[in-house]
Amino acid sequence: MSTAVSQIDEIKTTPWSGGRSPFNVEYGKIMMWFFLLSDAFTFSSLLISYGALRFSASVWPAADKVFQSVPGMIEHGAPLVFVGLMTFILIMSSVTMVLAVEAGHRNAKKEVIWWMIATVIGGFMFLGCQALEWAHLHSEGFWWGSTPPLHELKEFFTEGVGTDTTRHLTAQEFANLFFTITGFHGFHVFTGVIINIIITVNVLLGTYEKRGSYLMVEKVGLYWHFVDLVWVFVFTFFYLV
Amino acid sequence: MSADSQEVHHEEGEHETMTRKKIWKVFFILLAVTCVEFFIALILVPGGHMNIKYANPVYIVLTLFKAFYIVAYFMHLKFEKLGLALSIIVPILFIIGLILVLTNESHHWIDLRSY
Repeated sequence: MSTAVSQIDEIKTTPWSGGRSPFNVEYGKIMMWFFLLSDAFTFSSLLISYGALRFSASVWPAADKVFQSVPGMIEHGAPLVFVGLMTFILIMSSVTMVLAVEAGHRNAKKEVIWWMIATVIGGFMFLGCQALEWAHLHSEGFWWGSTPPLHELKEFFTEGVGTDTTRHLTAQEFANLFFTITGFHGFHVFTGVIINIIITVNVLLGTYEKRGSYLMVEKVGLYWHFVDLVWVFVFTFFYLV
Repeated sequence: MSADSQEVHHEEGEHETMTRKKIWKVFFILLAVTCVEFFIALILVPGGHMNIKYANPVYIVLTLFKAFYIVAYFMHLKFEKLGLALSIIVPILFIIGLILVLTNESHHWIDLRSY
């Protein structure tokens, strides 16, 4: 028998020849990425439907008239202030999350704990703001399936556009879409906070210290940043455009 | 099994990553872009310096800019293998398809709607 290795038996060394991870990423992390991709499709479908409905309507509530209060402080004339605060809180909690991941790379348990706690607090602050925002809109009469009374609706539109009927119908579409989309996003924030709490407890218990890697912090970090990413789009399409 | 793959990750994942300085830099970029959006929405548009027609595309471009920074740096995709980055980004093209289809569809809805 010849000892020469036939070409087919030669060991290939490309990343895809087996024996190593071609993307150089742990299984759970890559699955998190694919989950987030599917979630991106869900949110896009919601936002694109909103866009299509809004585009085909002759009138639409004006963002700076619907969102012009800071609940509990300023009743009128402060458009974007409150949502600006919410955006700042969420970006800030995204930063504390990356700082937790960065501390995890250095196996600095104490720092991970503090940054994770800061992230959880940021999440709760955002949820609190969203609850106030919802309560405020609800008190004005907006909800799934209901709008403010016809004579009050004028306040929410640019002056002189539409009739009572068109204003009523599009205000209803606006309310349904707003509560559904921000609600779905808020639900993601809520689950994100729960997951962050679980991970924080695990860090406290030393689970990842024993494991020798804080990769789990990175994975939940991906989810948390995704929530921030979605908010960037929700913010633009509901509050700015 | 999982311990193995985590080691692999550690060996090669370390050479380029986020430092604390970079994290704060990205934060200030995101903050600055948001401030620009506020400036347009609160001062330029109400003051009549900018038509809302032109403001909307600007908002969308700025939003995509922010999205890039979040995904590339906070979500670390810029430092992953190209294959992984592509397997996440390429499917996003389907979303562009949906945007085109539904924008086109909504042109017809305008005629169908009585309001």
